[in-house]
Order: sequence, then structure tokens, then C-alpha cells
Amino acid sequence: MSNYQTNKPRDDNNRTSDHRNHEEFEETPTWAAVVTVLGYAILSALGWLRDFLRHIGLEEKRTAHDPNPKDFVPLYQSYECFYTRNLYTRIRDVFNQPIASVAGAKVHVMERVSDDYNWTFKFSGKKIPSINLGSYNYLGFAENQGPCSEQAIKSIETYAVTTCSTRHELGHQRYMKELESLMAEYLNVEDCMAFGMGFATNALNIPTLAGKGDLILSDKLNHVSLILGARLSGATIRTFNHNDMKDLEAHLRKAIISGQPRTCRPWKKILIIVEGVYSMEGSLCKLPEIIELKKKYKAYLYVDEAHSIGAIGSRGRGVVDYWKVDPNDIEIHMGTFTKSFGSAGGYIAGKKNIIDYIRVSSHSACYSSSMSAPIVHQIISALSIIMGRDGTNDGQKRIQQLACNVRYFRRQLVDMGFIVYGNDNSPVVPVMIFMPAKIAAVNREMLKRGCAVVTVGFPATLLTESRVRFCISAGHTKEMLNHALKAMDEVGHLVSLRYSKKNPHRRWIELDHADYDKEYTS
Amino acid sequence: MGSSANQDNVASLATDFYSLLESFKETPFYHLLFEIFLVLTVLWLILFRKPRRIEKKLTEKEKQELIDEWQPEPLVPPVDANHPALNVRVLDGIVGKTIEIDGKKSLNFATFNFLNFVGNPRIADKAIQAVQKYGVGSCGPRGFYGTIDIHLELEERLAHFFNCEEGIIYSYGFSTVASIIPAYSKRNDILFVDEGVHYAIQKGVEASRSTVKWFRHNDISDLERLLAEQDIHDKKNPKKARTLRRFLIIEGLYMNYGDLCPLPRMVELKYQYKYRIFMDESVSFGTIGQTGRGVTEYYNIDRRKIDLISSSLEYSVGSIGGFAVGSSFVVDHQRLSAQGYCFSASLPPLLAAAAIEALNIMEEKDTTLCDTLMEKSKRLHRKLLDIKGYLIVGEDISPLKHLRLTNSQNTVARLEEIVEFAQTRGITITVARYLNDEHHLPEPSIRLILNVEMTDEELEFLCTVLQEARVKVTV
Repeated sequence: MSNYQTNKPRDDNNRTSDHRNHEEFEETPTWAAVVTVLGYAILSALGWLRDFLRHIGLEEKRTAHDPNPKDFVPLYQSYECFYTRNLYTRIRDVFNQPIASVAGAKVHVMERVSDDYNWTFKFSGKKIPSINLGSYNYLGFAENQGPCSEQAIKSIETYAVTTCSTRHELGHQRYMKELESLMAEYLNVEDCMAFGMGFATNALNIPTLAGKGDLILSDKLNHVSLILGARLSGATIRTFNHNDMKDLEAHLRKAIISGQPRTCRPWKKILIIVEGVYSMEGSLCKLPEIIELKKKYKAYLYVDEAHSIGAIGSRGRGVVDYWKVDPNDIEIHMGTFTKSFGSAGGYIAGKKNIIDYIRVSSHSACYSSSMSAPIVHQIISALSIIMGRDGTNDGQKRIQQLACNVRYFRRQLVDMGFIVYGNDNSPVVPVMIFMPAKIAAVNREMLKRGCAVVTVGFPATLLTESRVRFCISAGHTKEMLNHALKAMDEVGHLVSLRYSKKNPHRRWIELDHADYDKEYTS
Repeated sequence: MGSSANQDNVASLATDFYSLLESFKETPFYHLLFEIFLVLTVLWLILFRKPRRIEKKLTEKEKQELIDEWQPEPLVPPVDANHPALNVRVLDGIVGKTIEIDGKKSLNFATFNFLNFVGNPRIADKAIQAVQKYGVGSCGPRGFYGTIDIHLELEERLAHFFNCEEGIIYSYGFSTVASIIPAYSKRNDILFVDEGVHYAIQKGVEASRSTVKWFRHNDISDLERLLAEQDIHDKKNPKKARTLRRFLIIEGLYMNYGDLCPLPRMVELKYQYKYRIFMDESVSFGTIGQTGRGVTEYYNIDRRKIDLISSSLEYSVGSIGGFAVGSSFVVDHQRLSAQGYCFSASLPPLLAAAAIEALNIMEEKDTTLCDTLMEKSKRLHRKLLDIKGYLIVGEDISPLKHLRLTNSQNTVARLEEIVEFAQTRGITITVARYLNDEHHLPEPSIRLILNVEMTDEELEFLCTVLQEARVKVTV
């Protein structure tokens, strides 16, 4: 599947930006797909053999035992846990790796050892200093020193850690008002409301916006929280192919012409839900085209900018800034504070009447504790820096550093012959590895070379599309990126990851480094 | 003459008929079959065939007209500007035993600060140390470098506190139980749920898509009736029954009613009818039982008989987030199946540090904190019973009580007046807020919450103010 964008991003003067908006998803080579499926087949066959051996007693059963008597209905069906028992456990050491420091540009990964093939772990006590390419720290605000953490510490002394009350009762502190108005100004919208958890922002607020008799058109690769929110709302959900505008238009036309299934009554309203940056693909949503469609068919638009706010756009205001569209064209702007602001929580922003309604009917506002003071002050502090309110241009420098880092890293990976998915400007860089065994190999080998990376496979991705996903940060220096590229070059050679048919396979030394250094000087 | 003519007619008819029959005998067999087939086809066409609707396809013009005519509803309905959620009190400073609203200080009987950990200097110090070491956010989900050593420590401490095998923490109290229930209970499984459970549990039950059987709040006989019905149903189809999981979802101390669940009887029924118990102890953790270990300690029941205990860190512990404890067999499953755990950023380290320090204080104080709290709750309960005109809902040992007006005077408007009046006198209380789509909307009430540091004089003052308010409002 190859996808070439024709719309170009615009700069502050609304001119077409110099940086190309190129998005590509090179097709999986057939032989790789075949070997991958074969790999899973062999693993499954081995898994069945091991299960059989456990059943007849030749092999020890390692899973925990149900403390209830045997005549209770089993809590888990054996086939549900097949994957966990036989595939996941083999490479369990590459997931859930604990760290012992701030999740900044560099991180200390705690070393775990297992003498029973990953069924149990022990900490060796050693801490592996690594470059952090896995945490969501796009603007580098995950710091334990500096103005943001100082503000957070001061707020603990002034406000304590929590209020123990909900927003509807006695959880509405003055700093919440400050945060919400600052965020609304940042996004250039009328009003904004903040919540304590990004996942819950979607899952608990979409049910208030849509209900029975409504239609939700959701992108196929939307995040779990959006899908859960849509399900809980009771509305009918239809998915359209990822970033496929023709499919979306076809769905819209069909929905309005045919109406609700069976009764053929017209839909009460149609809500389109998309994300700014898709965290597994690295693609950006085609916002101008979606807005055009939405206006043509009178639908409403909900954009989840969890990974794009702060990280995309010349001023860091997300996909709205990247495409230079009018923020009032989007009914609901949603995002999280976890990724670019180094904090926790989520927000929903838009016109005042919509936000007022959410204030009144949000599940989170009525039943959850309000946000913690240091969390809020970290966000306020980070926002002030990004908006330049602190008197420095540190914010703009971070945004530019991130953009340069992203282009520098991506271009070299592509030129080395790896298949890199996604948009050239997206800070999420997925590199395909396809085969299940390589998921563990890449992770372990990169860690040996001092790089902490995230590798994902089935079921988070399609069966044949396992990948290693790099998250670039403004906190990464050029030296750190060079170290990571060198490591990836070696591991790519060791494990054979250069799959691209479009680009020649080259080693890192063969690249013309002066050309890439220009990213930082231009 | 006529009769002879008739006879001739009949005779000729008979001859004709006879010759017809003779001709039938002479026709070839296939011809006969063909004729019979035609006759049957005609009969079928007449009797059985339905007329086919001619499908009219829409023209492009008609489709465009439909699209142009369609008008959606507004995204949100209009909202009353006077709704209480849009006119909440704005706070400043620490929301501890006293609270500052619009520059005036008042006694706080409204926030879930049972053990007065909000503003505790030890907890604040530990939180500050955590910020200096880890920064503020954790920047990732548990699976991708969001697991920090302090999370593992908190999980171990919680498991140790409850004497269970394993603990797991979540970053948001609401999402805890709302993610746990769908992780175990799927479509077709059966959930027996108390009607009085709070909203997060209701959402968890909804998300699971299981068959839900609600029983009247704290009514054991209603639960037994439902269990017996299910048992009869099972006996009719034992093969299917063998694959259906059953769960009982209850709370230790109900937030909406302030009363304890009849746990001993429910545990007995568990072994009789073979269901698993998931108990939410958000309110009872830290407040019930000699050392605050909840309802199982109060009733002296072996915690291993409860399959999973979930709770929130947002009430007694004075932090943010939630957790669950139980056997490894049960808890470990959530690490891959609970959506609020796998797909969400992990708890900020400073909040985990605050929770650990709160646990330290609880363990140091051992029985003194909770014993004091239960004693004061009992005293407050007696004092409140003495005030005429109020109905007190809740156990005497519960630090969370619901106050209603007697007779038909119990309306939200009157309760809001009482709250306003109390505020002018220096007492902060709140009307319990609910959303309209609660499964079993509780009656309007004022939710009174007792802070362990409240003195007797302050409790007396509260009762005096409540009495005056009652008189003022019903005049």
C-alpha cells in the first residue's frame, strides 16, 4: 500500500511549506510475509506440543492455580491463554521493562534475569544506561530539574497532592480555571476542559456526545480508548479504511441516503472520529479533506491529538497548525498531556456551548477526583514555555529541535534500506521487522548497544506487521541519534532488517553525513 | 320425451367421458407426466408464489436531494446556565480539614479525606522527592518503559498490606473497576450486581456486555432468588452452564448508601452456587476494620475467599489512581487484558510515592487511626440521630453518611439551601451529585464525610448548624 499526499503543509504565512509532506507505507515483500506466517505456524505447533506435554504431565505447569475448588467454572478458557502461555512468555522480557530514573532522553533500564525462561524474573541490581527511544517525550519536558519541576514542587507545598473531591463538588481549584483558559488560548478555541486521564477522557466523554440513533464513523486504526468510548455510547459504529477519504465519503453518502438499518429513519447526527497522528503507523490524518467532507455532508468531527499536540506543526499546535485549518471547523479537539507536556491527563476543547455541556454531563467530572496540583502546574509551566510566555524562546527551540531530529533520523533510516512507515514529519518512526523472533532479537540487541526501544507485534499490530517503533524527542542530541543509528545499522545487519525494495541497502558509514547535517543548519 | 332426451345426453356424455379415459390410456407416459407437471405449476403459481417487488433504484438526483435535505441535530443539547456544575465553588489552597472558599475558611465535611492525609507534610515531602528523582509524568504505558521501580514497590506494598499474593495499580480511580470487570466477564457470562453500586461499577458492567442480574440493594433474599432461578436454568442445560462464568459484584461500604454489604452470607452462597466475588472497597479501605484493611477484616473473613478486591487511591490514601489485590491467578490476567492498564500511561511517580508514604503511616499507626475513626463515626451518628427532621442513612461505624430531610420535603433545592446556609456559618458540606443515567438513581441527599482529625466540639458545631439549617429551610 503506497500513499502519496498531494496537499502540502503550510507555514506561518500560509505559504506551502518547504518541508515536503510525504507519507509512505511500502508494501510487505511477499517472501517476508510467507516466512512470518511460517514462523507463527511453527511457534503455534510447538505451543500445542508443549500444551499436550503439560496435559499428560511430562512438563511442569507453570501458570498459577485457581484457589477455588475444582467444580467452579474455569475463569479462563484454555484457548484464550494459548498466546500468552506459548508465544508471549518466550519473549516477555522485552515488554514491561522497568526503569529507575526519569523517562527523559536518557534512561536507566533495570536489568532483569530469568532462570526459568521468562516465567519469573529477578532483578540483578544492575541499571543499564540507555538512550530512551521508547517513551513519549516529544518536547523533552520529562525532566526532574528546571522550571517545570520547580513549579510542580511549589504546588505540592501550596495545594497538596489531591483534593479528594470531584469537579462537581469541591474539586474545582482556581488552578484548573487557569489551565483550561491557557489551553483554550493555545488551541485558539473558545473553551477547554481538562481531565485526569487521557484514556478516560475518550472513554467517558464520547458517550455524552453520541447515543442511540447516532452514527459514529471511526478510522480503522483508531486507539482502543476511542473504540471503547464509541461502544459505550450506544451509537452505531462503522469503520472506514485508514485515511481513505473515498471510503469515508462512500460511508457518509450511504448513511444519509439509507438511514438507520431496518427502520430507515434518518440518523440523528453523524460523528467522524480520527486521530492526529496514529501511534502505530506514524501517519497523519488528512485533515483538510476530512473537513471538506464534513462540511459537505453536515457531519461533526472529533480529532484526537494525543500524539500530535505539541509535536506537530510549526508552532507545536498539532495537526490544526500543521495543515493551517481553522480550529472552529473541528467541533471537538481532544488531546492528552502525557506525551508532549511531560505530565498526565487529557483535555477536550471546542466551542463554549459544547464544553459547557461536557462540564455538566461528563462521567469524569461527576465521579472522579479532580486533577492533582503538581500535574496541573507541570502542564501550565510547559505551556508557558511553549507559548513563549516565560520570556525565553526555549519553547520554539524545542519544537524546531524535534522537527530537525525527526527529519534527520527518518531520512537516514530510509536511506539505509529499512522500511519506515508514516509521514516524514511524524515523531513516531515505525520500522518494520515482520518476523516474530526478530521482535525479541531487535529489542535485546539494541539494549546491549545502549538503546531502549519498543518493539511490538501481534495483537497490537497485524500478524505480519511487527515493527520497532522509535519515539523521537527534542531532548535527543545529534550525538544520541548518531549512536542510535549506528546501533540500528549493526542490528539491522545482524538480524537482517533491510527489506526495502525501493531504496538501496546501505551501511551507515556509506551515507553522506554532511547532507543530513544540513537539517540542523537550514 | 324430455327424460329420453336427457338420457341421451347423459349417455353421450358418458360415452365422451369413456372415450377420453380410453385416450388417456393410449397416450405415451412422458406426455402424461408433462401434463401433470404443467397442472401442478399452474396451481403453484396461483397459490404459493408471492408477487416480486420491483426494486426502484434511486437516481443520482434523488440521492443528492436526500443528502441536501438531511439536517442533523445539534451536537449537544442546550444547557441551563444555572446548572450547579457550571457554578461550582472555587477553592484555593489545601483542601484538608479546613477549606478556603472566597477567602473564608470553613470546616470540611465534604471531601473524601477520611484519614486527613491531604496536606500531610510527610506525604508532601515524599512526593517532592519523587519529582526531584523522576520528574512529573511517566511518559508511557506500563508495557513501554512506563513501569518505574516505584510502581513495583507500591504494588508489592499493597499486596503485603492486604496479605494477598499480588497487586496491580491503575492511574485513575474510575478506570480501575471499569476496566477490571470487562477483563474477566465477557458476553454470555453472568453478573449478579447489587443495585446500589456506584457509577464506575455500572460502566464496567455495561462495557463487559455480559448478562446482568440486578438484585435489590443489600437484599440477600433477592440475591438468593436470582441464584436459585439461575440454578434451575443451569440444570436444564448443564453443558452450557459449564462454560458460563458467574460473578458477584458488590462494594464493601456503599458510597451511595453508607452501609456495609452482608459479606459472610455472600461468601457462604459463593461455595453453594459457585460464583466468584469481586468486591470494590474504595470507601471501606482505610476506614473499616481495626487496621483499615476493609470489610474482610471487620467480619474476620479469610481474604483468599474473595477473588478480587479493587479499590481507589483517591479517598483514604489521599493520592490519585486505583488498585486491585488478590491471588496471582486472578490479578496477573489484568496485565494483558485490562484496557485501562495496557493502553493508558502509567501513574505519575509522585502519586505512587504519596500512596506508599500513606501506607507507611497507616501501618505505623496500626489500629489507632481506624479505631478512632470508627469511634467518632459512632458518636457523630448518635448526635445526628438526635436532630429532629433528618433521616440518617448509613451504618453507625461508617464515616460516610447520607442525610435526607424527612417526609416529602427531601428535594435537591432544599438541600442546596441547607448547604448554602452551612457555608455562611463556616461548615462546608455538599449535596451528593449524580448523573441522570444512573441505573438506580439514589434519592437526593447530603453526603457527610467524617475526617478522623475532627474534634468533638467540631462535631457538635456541625450538628448545631444542621439543626438551625433545618429550621430555616422548612419554615
